[in-house]
Amino acid sequence: MTAATAPAIRPNRRRIQPRRIALYAFLTIMAVTWLFPLLWAAYTALRPYGDTLVNGYISVATTLNFDNFVEAFTRGQFPTFYLNSLIIAVPAVILTLLVSSMVAFAVSRFSWRFNLVCLMIFTAGNLLPPQVIIVPLYQLYQLLPLPEPFTENGKLLYDQYQGTILINVVFQVGFCVFVLSNYMKTLSHELTEAALADGAPVWRIYWSVILPLCRPALAALATLEFTFIYNDFFWALILMKSGDKRPITSALNNLQGQFFTDINVLAAGALLAAIPTILVYLALQRQFISGLTLGSTKG
Amino acid sequence: MVGIPLLFDLALIWGPTFVSVLLSFTKWDGFGAITESDIIGLKNYESLLTSYPFFWPALQHNIIWLGFLMFIATPFGMFMAVLLDRELRGSRIYQTIFYLPVVLSLAVIGIIWSLQYAPEQGFINNVLGRNRNDNLIDWLGNPNLNLWAALVATSWRHVGYIMVIYLAGLKSVDPALREAAKVDGANERQTFFRVVFPVMAPINIVIVVITVIEALRAFDIVYIINRGKNGLELLSTLITNNGISESNRVGFASAIAVVLLLISLVPIIAFLARTMREQRR
Repeated sequence: MTAATAPAIRPNRRRIQPRRIALYAFLTIMAVTWLFPLLWAAYTALRPYGDTLVNGYISVATTLNFDNFVEAFTRGQFPTFYLNSLIIAVPAVILTLLVSSMVAFAVSRFSWRFNLVCLMIFTAGNLLPPQVIIVPLYQLYQLLPLPEPFTENGKLLYDQYQGTILINVVFQVGFCVFVLSNYMKTLSHELTEAALADGAPVWRIYWSVILPLCRPALAALATLEFTFIYNDFFWALILMKSGDKRPITSALNNLQGQFFTDINVLAAGALLAAIPTILVYLALQRQFISGLTLGSTKG
Repeated sequence: MVGIPLLFDLALIWGPTFVSVLLSFTKWDGFGAITESDIIGLKNYESLLTSYPFFWPALQHNIIWLGFLMFIATPFGMFMAVLLDRELRGSRIYQTIFYLPVVLSLAVIGIIWSLQYAPEQGFINNVLGRNRNDNLIDWLGNPNLNLWAALVATSWRHVGYIMVIYLAGLKSVDPALREAAKVDGANERQTFFRVVFPVMAPINIVIVVITVIEALRAFDIVYIINRGKNGLELLSTLITNNGISESNRVGFASAIAVVLLLISLVPIIAFLARTMREQRR
């Protein structure tokens, strides 16, 4: 705002100052508004139900404690659900990055005829609303058995961790291929050509030349994909039927019913479900944001 | 290297897409084989358009959803990005706060906002003094209000999402362009609308595509509120409510899925066209 009205002559500067203050005031008001729903949830969660019953919800709390969190944690079986989320999200993120980096490598390094077609198929698949495919997919999951090495006495893909991991990976690969292939195109082609001339096999070029160079993009995508998959509600909701196998985000659907009479415990439960992603965000904010923007800005 | 992932992608995404189209011409209920008597041609579409009471409301809700995001939440996110795209003290802190809802799942957001909207215990009604039995505002229960309540909650996240992408785009604009505009005597608004905005065309397309897709995908938040009923019907919830749980109307649900697919192809093709152009460059 100041820069636009330079040259910086004195009277000018005095006129600018109030605009600057207004900007800060506006941003601060908006920031407080933005944080408010979260702060309110935390405040509600920290107050015992009795306290809000006596004093009303808009009041200064007489007691603040973690009782609601403890109750949500134990009664809501949070250890189980957190574990389920990890069992699904960790392998899914690793597989997604592994598979998509291979595809991106092939698509971006070697000029095949249907390279672009491949890229389009993956990218477009990721853009489809999941509900478009869910009805046949649900039927398919109830027909297909898990392949040999994973099977526990001939189980179906339906209602299994592996099935949920699989659809998360397949769906997310589209986005990651798009991002990684853009990223790899910015790497110099001479690197691969030199390595090829030295007689290095293709998979070694992928593993020891290209992948290390993609480390920043992979770190960003790992952060982003962890939150995406951890936050997934839909796949596990439909493709798993056992409540105690669902990851925490999908389990919220039942928890809400369980706790709806006690809104303070519900608030604590929602925050408990959110805490892992909030921590990841605060610790790896730069990775998270560059993951989101890698897809939209080129390179 | 590409073959196996491609196979999985085709089998689990494009296969079911195609099968959806086929199933939409049947009245299959999900049990047993599909026989000739299950094939009913366009009957599903016919009843969808004429007799099914929730189709037009759901379509209307999706359109409102899209309009709200496109004309309110997205421009607001762009506006906030423009405000933050300058030398500001504490810019990082503002960004951290505005982006925070982006890491929350829509299920969590639905619950966090239900603490605002709850009739007796929610913040809003308590502030308005409308929390007694005789004067409650039922934000999430009233079919004339709950769509808007859900849209406010969803926008809380969407604004941050748009900000992240737009701010990154703004930072990548060549500073020389702004300098030149300044030298030519353009004020800040003129610089933005005449110079920066046109240069940002590729990002603007991404922003529009993201907004449209988000509007078509909307599901989690209405499902957590009331499973997408009573004023919160969306095409996505009609598909799951018909095709998965209660009634197992697989064929009918597939017809709704095909409608959603056809609408989704518009932003998808727009995005692919943009990518193609970029690849050629």
